[in-house]
Amino acid sequence: MSGIKARFYVEWPEFSLNVDLKLPERGVTALFGQSGSGKTTLLRCMAGLERAQNGLMRLNSETWQDRDLWLPVHKRSIAYVFQEASLFTHLSVSGNLRYGLRRSEGDQKFNLEQAIELLGIAHLLDRKPDRLSGGERQRVAIARALAVNPRLLLMDEPLAALDIRRKQEILPYLERLHDELEIPVIYVTHSPDEVARLADHIVVLDDGRAVAQGPLHETLARLDLPFQLGEDVGVVLDAAVVEHDHVWHLDRVAFEGGSMWTRSHGLEVGRRVRVRVLARDVSLSTNEQENTSIQNILPGSVDASADAQHTALA
Amino acid sequence: MLLSDGDIQAIWLTLKLATIVTMILLLVGTPIAWWLARTKVWWKSPIAAIVAMPLVLPPSVMGFYLLLAFGPQGFVGQLTETLGIGLLPFTFWGLVVASVLYSMPFMVHPLQSAFEAIGERPLEVAATLRASPLDAFMTVAVPLAWPGFLTSCILTFAHTVGEFGVILMIGGNIPGETRVASVQIYDHVEALAYGEAHSLAAAMLAFSFIVLMIVYIWRPARRLF
Repeated sequence: MSGIKARFYVEWPEFSLNVDLKLPERGVTALFGQSGSGKTTLLRCMAGLERAQNGLMRLNSETWQDRDLWLPVHKRSIAYVFQEASLFTHLSVSGNLRYGLRRSEGDQKFNLEQAIELLGIAHLLDRKPDRLSGGERQRVAIARALAVNPRLLLMDEPLAALDIRRKQEILPYLERLHDELEIPVIYVTHSPDEVARLADHIVVLDDGRAVAQGPLHETLARLDLPFQLGEDVGVVLDAAVVEHDHVWHLDRVAFEGGSMWTRSHGLEVGRRVRVRVLARDVSLSTNEQENTSIQNILPGSVDASADAQHTALA
Repeated sequence: MLLSDGDIQAIWLTLKLATIVTMILLLVGTPIAWWLARTKVWWKSPIAAIVAMPLVLPPSVMGFYLLLAFGPQGFVGQLTETLGIGLLPFTFWGLVVASVLYSMPFMVHPLQSAFEAIGERPLEVAATLRASPLDAFMTVAVPLAWPGFLTSCILTFAHTVGEFGVILMIGGNIPGETRVASVQIYDHVEALAYGEAHSLAAAMLAFSFIVLMIVYIWRPARRLF
């Protein structure tokens, strides 16, 4: 069997978590939900940092938790990135990276160099954590997690403690991880933007239950789910930059079934991107428009429609 | 202001006692402090109270009960006799055992606050980086809590040096065996030898001041307990 099987039932006085998930063995799965929906608890249960009395956790053919089985955290081949960087303050950046590396399997030199390169932290190695900015600290924490050569990467809102500029500094690195990592990543977030940019799959949690799950594009496009990504209904398209317009500073991005113009972000031709199209930015017309300032006009047919004021979406 | 041979002997005995007690308490007190800092069981409070008891108990009360327990009728005394060690009262090792119990809070409390200040997170991080609990304790908790270790050891050492009541009850006043500096001063005063008492007392005063000054320079803002 391949993929991740995660089933947990935990009951506290004010909160209970009850999920039964099967997650894919590749790509980024976002655990999305409001604060208090149980996403961090679920992630901690998967890591073994929290012990659900009733649970099952399996990664491919390895079982970490079952009725009579409990593998302690340090024996699970995971990596975990906490919301706050949580670097060891008594060690330098290099000491932090080597801490897990020394205790892990695999080609340590390669793992270390790859982690340093992926997160762009080569120039920080000799510094102490208190000499780093918030963004740098979180990059070191992610590199430290990757250096242990994990088979599953768990990330608990790694950007939530950072301001908007630090987020923009780290997001490109996370997108790189998304493109280059071969292991599954479980990414907890309450940010629609991060889901749109990073996730391949999504699990929507509400009050300790999984209310929707599936591949991102399909799940976002489903009209029957009582769920939307934040305030905005919309879809995400996987695309690639195919052409620049230097006069108007536009990029043409192509996706399955068409292409459209977007504001240029200075990306090279061929670069894979994601395009989020919000329902409120789309208008329908029954005949082809001419003499309009609208740049992107795509032919299509209406499969289904739903009322945005539907009680389930309110 | 010269120290007699008896004074020097008493000082050496005091330093030997304080060193041994500090080392034993480092081994015994650290796990207790760790446990107290991290456990959530209800009977943590009674254990914490027992550990802190020497802070409020008159030394003579504690010495009295220890004397009973260590004596031939006491359960510790019967145990040590069965083991062929003999009886503890009025021996150096009797002093060591009594001092370990009496100085326990001075080792445990600063360490416990240091461990509590670290919090769960660094240990969780260590676990996700493949460190076993013991490994994480040695490589993360100990380095992060090391100012606490320093405070604990200095206080334990100094407190053992300053002991009097428990020592008099358990150890008596045997030169080279149980006659430590504080007892030696008492002896001088009893014999109305105020000059000798002065020399030794002044040395103890200077020692206490220097030790506490080091502790406060090291951690000016830190509470000792």
